[in-house]
Amino acid sequence: MTETLREINDRRQRLTAGIGERVRALPRWQKVLGLLAFVGFLYYLPYLGIPGLTWFRTDYIPQGNNWAGVLFSCAIYVLIAIGLNIVVGLAGLLDLGYVGFYAIGAYSVALFGSTQSPVVEALQNRFGLSEQWAVSWAICIPLAITFTMISGVILGWPTLRLRGDYLAIVTLGFGEIIRIVARNSSWTGGPQGIAAIPGPEGAPSADNTIFGLIDPKPWYWLALTVVIVMVFAVRRLEHSRVGRAWLAIREDEDAAAVMGVPGFKFKLWAFAMGAALGGLSGFLFASRNAFIEPTQFNVYLSILFVAAVVAGGAGNIPGVAIGAFLLAYLPERFRDFSEYRTLAFGLALVLVMLLRPQGLIPSRRRARELADRRKEAPANV
Amino acid sequence: MKGTFVDFDALFGHLGQHTVDGLSKGSIYALVALGYTLVYGVLRLINFAHSEVFMIGTFTVVGTWSVLGATDSPAIGTVILLLLAGLVAAAAASGATAVAVERIAYRRLRRMNAPPLIFLITAIGLSLVLSEAFGLWQGRLVKGMPTIVERSVLFTIGNTEVTNIQAITVVAALIMMFGLDTFINRTRYGRGVRAVAQNPDTAALMGVNKDRVIALIFLLGGLLAGAAALLYCLRYGNTRFNVGFVLGLKAFTAAVLGGIGNLRGALLGGLLLGIVEVYAATLTSSNWEDVAAFVVLVVVLLFRPTGLLGESLGRARA
Repeated sequence: MTETLREINDRRQRLTAGIGERVRALPRWQKVLGLLAFVGFLYYLPYLGIPGLTWFRTDYIPQGNNWAGVLFSCAIYVLIAIGLNIVVGLAGLLDLGYVGFYAIGAYSVALFGSTQSPVVEALQNRFGLSEQWAVSWAICIPLAITFTMISGVILGWPTLRLRGDYLAIVTLGFGEIIRIVARNSSWTGGPQGIAAIPGPEGAPSADNTIFGLIDPKPWYWLALTVVIVMVFAVRRLEHSRVGRAWLAIREDEDAAAVMGVPGFKFKLWAFAMGAALGGLSGFLFASRNAFIEPTQFNVYLSILFVAAVVAGGAGNIPGVAIGAFLLAYLPERFRDFSEYRTLAFGLALVLVMLLRPQGLIPSRRRARELADRRKEAPANV
Repeated sequence: MKGTFVDFDALFGHLGQHTVDGLSKGSIYALVALGYTLVYGVLRLINFAHSEVFMIGTFTVVGTWSVLGATDSPAIGTVILLLLAGLVAAAAASGATAVAVERIAYRRLRRMNAPPLIFLITAIGLSLVLSEAFGLWQGRLVKGMPTIVERSVLFTIGNTEVTNIQAITVVAALIMMFGLDTFINRTRYGRGVRAVAQNPDTAALMGVNKDRVIALIFLLGGLLAGAAALLYCLRYGNTRFNVGFVLGLKAFTAAVLGGIGNLRGALLGGLLLGIVEVYAATLTSSNWEDVAAFVVLVVVLLFRPTGLLGESLGRARA
């Protein structure tokens, strides 16, 4: 059966092979215009009312969730995928505990920004501050990023010297430890979690006019803006000296070391950068939800993230974004099949990996790498 | 949570008791860990789907016992019959699943010479498919089973009581380990496995049928996972569609702890992990046992980056 599927896939590839080349050959102003139109469309999405396209909305089906809310989750997942892409796609490190950074980002804003958190209460008592005092939202952003970067370095320092497969299990353990600590420690609110997490307008209340609990549209636009800024930043990073070093390490660490690329240093950088993005997405998630609890940060989620990144096309931002978007969107749109969605996801993963191991929208370099490997395969393996 | 954070009296007052409990828990880890280690030693692949091979074993035990009409604590002859039937059925089902997974997915990927990440994601996909299929078919609730072997104290050393289930678990696991060790080190097939682990291409040139050897290691891993499934059922008396996830994680940790690719390492890692978990649970509370397991793993890897006994399925002694 896979043979026929592969044949269909090859035929489709021949048809679409020229599209990428043609797009790249367009004049610069046309490309910029197209990009602007696409970004504009993304900002317009919450109002999506074009006949035919309304089918994609999630609130037109029974028990469907608010469409802008779903879009917000999609944007958060895309942000996570962009961060994970640095670690998995660019530097080629298998991080199965990425959800740990997401959790640290979320807990940073919860513990320092919410008036109900034990940390804030301790600070209030220690310094004789008023009951309403908490660290403001804007200051929580650098806090969250700093904490996650530090935790990325703390995790990476001992573990990045290990080989790839060991890294997988150690990071998995890290993700699990973060969750268990969040659940069991008295400093993190324990299994009940923490409520009253602030947004841009301060603690959640009915007076908040823009970033309230009812209307998720501003939240979506906020997350989308962060995603766009980060896509731009990561693309610049990718084409810098650091980015080239990551690719070199991914393709052959020993050869890179011979060429004078200090592997450990750049791997640690990849870890820290990836962690910071994970923390930022956790931060946004927590302030939108205004409430977090440890079960939201299951390691299982982490494995799904890695799977979405690889299936989407590791190393390529549009690819990982599509992977993450589908991971967040499909279960919401097809709620009738919610019983079967994990099964379908597993099947899809296996099929994508067997038929199109480079991912749905692969990076060209990586697709070439895989094609090379296929040629190198010994005859009777 | 107890009064103080660390409760040494609870641990040292019954050190022997906790050690025995840890050993029996660790034996199950070790048996599953062997499946990871065999596959990793030969293919350099983390077979994530191995946890579901184990899960299928536990469901087969439940199914077999209900078909045979098992009841709580039957007569001794029936017990032996039920245990044997459960063992054979679980080992067969798990072995068949493991081989099927290899044939359906991994063999194609090997033909493509795919990088390890692709194998891993495929394995994760397969693991999801298998566990979800059982979740849909058998329901998502915990599935109980009759208590075939009633827990009772078998013998006592000092103040340490050893129950019959603990004794069965440890002895059965040790016998199977010993059998596997002998098989890999002393038989013709075992030599083939070691040859492929050392260098697949050279082994193929020397006339070793690589596909057959790889199918063989998946089969062996599956058989041991089936046995582990039976012991798990005896110890815990229930199963669930996602039972493999946590247990597989622990077993894989055990394999890495001992030195993945190393059979004796898997035994050592499994037993050690079991003991560490029971000690940690006694010292603090059962909430922290997973943290202790992973902390020990990280500390060991810091000082011995290839695990306690090193990776060596191929090298001289497995």
